[in-house]
Amino acid sequence: MAYFQMSKLALKWVLAKPATSRYPFEPRRALPGSRGTLVFSKDTCVYCTVCAKKCPTGALVVNRAHKKRTIDRLLCITCGYCVEACPKKSLSLGTPHATPAVTKDRESY
Amino acid sequence: MLPAYTVEMVKAGNMPALRACRETSALVTDTSPMPRTIIPFGPQHPVLPEPVHLDLVVEDEKVLEARPSIGFIHRGLEKLVEKKDYVEFVYIAERICGICSFIHGQTYCQAIETIMNIAVPPRALYLRTVWGELSRIHSHLLWLGLMADAVGFESLFMHSWRVRERVLNIIEATTGGRVIFGSCKIGGVRRDIAADAIKQLLVDLKKIEQDTRDITNVFLNDSSVKDRLCGVGVLSRQDAYDLGCVGPVLRASGVAQDMRQLGYAAFKDLDFAPITRTEGDSYARCAVRCQELFQSMEIIRQALAKIPEGEIAVKVTGNPNGEVLARTEQPRGEVAYCLKANGSKNLQRFRVRTPTFANLPAMLKMLPGCDLADVPVLVLTIDPCISCTER
Repeated sequence: MAYFQMSKLALKWVLAKPATSRYPFEPRRALPGSRGTLVFSKDTCVYCTVCAKKCPTGALVVNRAHKKRTIDRLLCITCGYCVEACPKKSLSLGTPHATPAVTKDRESY
Repeated sequence: MLPAYTVEMVKAGNMPALRACRETSALVTDTSPMPRTIIPFGPQHPVLPEPVHLDLVVEDEKVLEARPSIGFIHRGLEKLVEKKDYVEFVYIAERICGICSFIHGQTYCQAIETIMNIAVPPRALYLRTVWGELSRIHSHLLWLGLMADAVGFESLFMHSWRVRERVLNIIEATTGGRVIFGSCKIGGVRRDIAADAIKQLLVDLKKIEQDTRDITNVFLNDSSVKDRLCGVGVLSRQDAYDLGCVGPVLRASGVAQDMRQLGYAAFKDLDFAPITRTEGDSYARCAVRCQELFQSMEIIRQALAKIPEGEIAVKVTGNPNGEVLARTEQPRGEVAYCLKANGSKNLQRFRVRTPTFANLPAMLKMLPGCDLADVPVLVLTIDPCISCTER
């Protein structure tokens, strides 16, 4: 009896559409609400450095003198602690995930 | 006619002579057993997701003794508590294990909340319960897949992980992460689940339940799976209790102990009973996990039906001061956190006793006397998570 249960399952999936997607030929669609990459908005930032102080991995660095924020995407764990801490709400988490990288560059904003 | 091989040929390692012999050992004229051999198992082995090394002392195909060694992936997470402040440490606690991550974070938060006397809002407690049970479902489905792989049933492995992927999608949509949820914080939770998302979750859960039933029917009834699991690695009720087993290993031997009965989070308001079996073999451990999948789905339904409205977090001020022991039920069993704080923002001492650490003595009890081919199955039945164990 159980033999037919597995056969039934196997037959169902022989005829069904594949459960997997053909990544990287089809890009993965991030689900709404997914914690993806950190998004910076420039106009509201006052360079108070709270986000950099709160960052658990030290991925975010804020230079107040040069008005520059830099992030190491490979260090960022997208925890959202900086987003919660930001007093001016100039940081947010976008749904798309970070793209693959071959060098450890710091992005500047 | 080909000659029979002799013990001398085996001892001398005379491969050309051995290849020229018959393969059937029944016709060997010398009936003395093969000398004792030590076979290294792991730390890299196809059946092991994580590194543990066993020196298996075998005679013929029987295992006489297993000598373990662990310590390949010690990361010093307990020491990090002195460098990261107690709020940031939630992220590290979540990363102790890649599978039961949410419950690690939850246990840490519960411990800090107990020291600091923080009253967590009821809605946050219910959300923690729902996410904790989703984490249990995905962990058990992962284990079922690994078990199917260990017994050589590749298609069943793929089907288990296909269903698990749908659970991960629910987790990603509600918390933002797939295995590192990141939604638990001291004083509550970071995210809420909206009413329409709850409806969608229940619809998805119904489909997942049907798919899971198809898979667990095969695990529990298929003769080829039963052949590999029934009567293998029997652990008596007394042994399981004496060796300090936890979780499904303990419950499969007939001890009805489940830390959720302590009533942490929202469990005090929910109706459930620990799932137990009496056989104590590998099949019983598999059956307990299969039934726990449906139990977790039922708990999620109960929790979402009763979930109260209101705040999801309270503001936390000040530093912890005191000592506490927090216990919760992870998919693999009971986890115990011991925290010592001295009123500064860094904790003084942090110690975790993970379920795999408690179940390793039982694994070493089961291995002697088993067939060499059953070792991967037996190692997997305790659901080893070596990263947790070594922290």
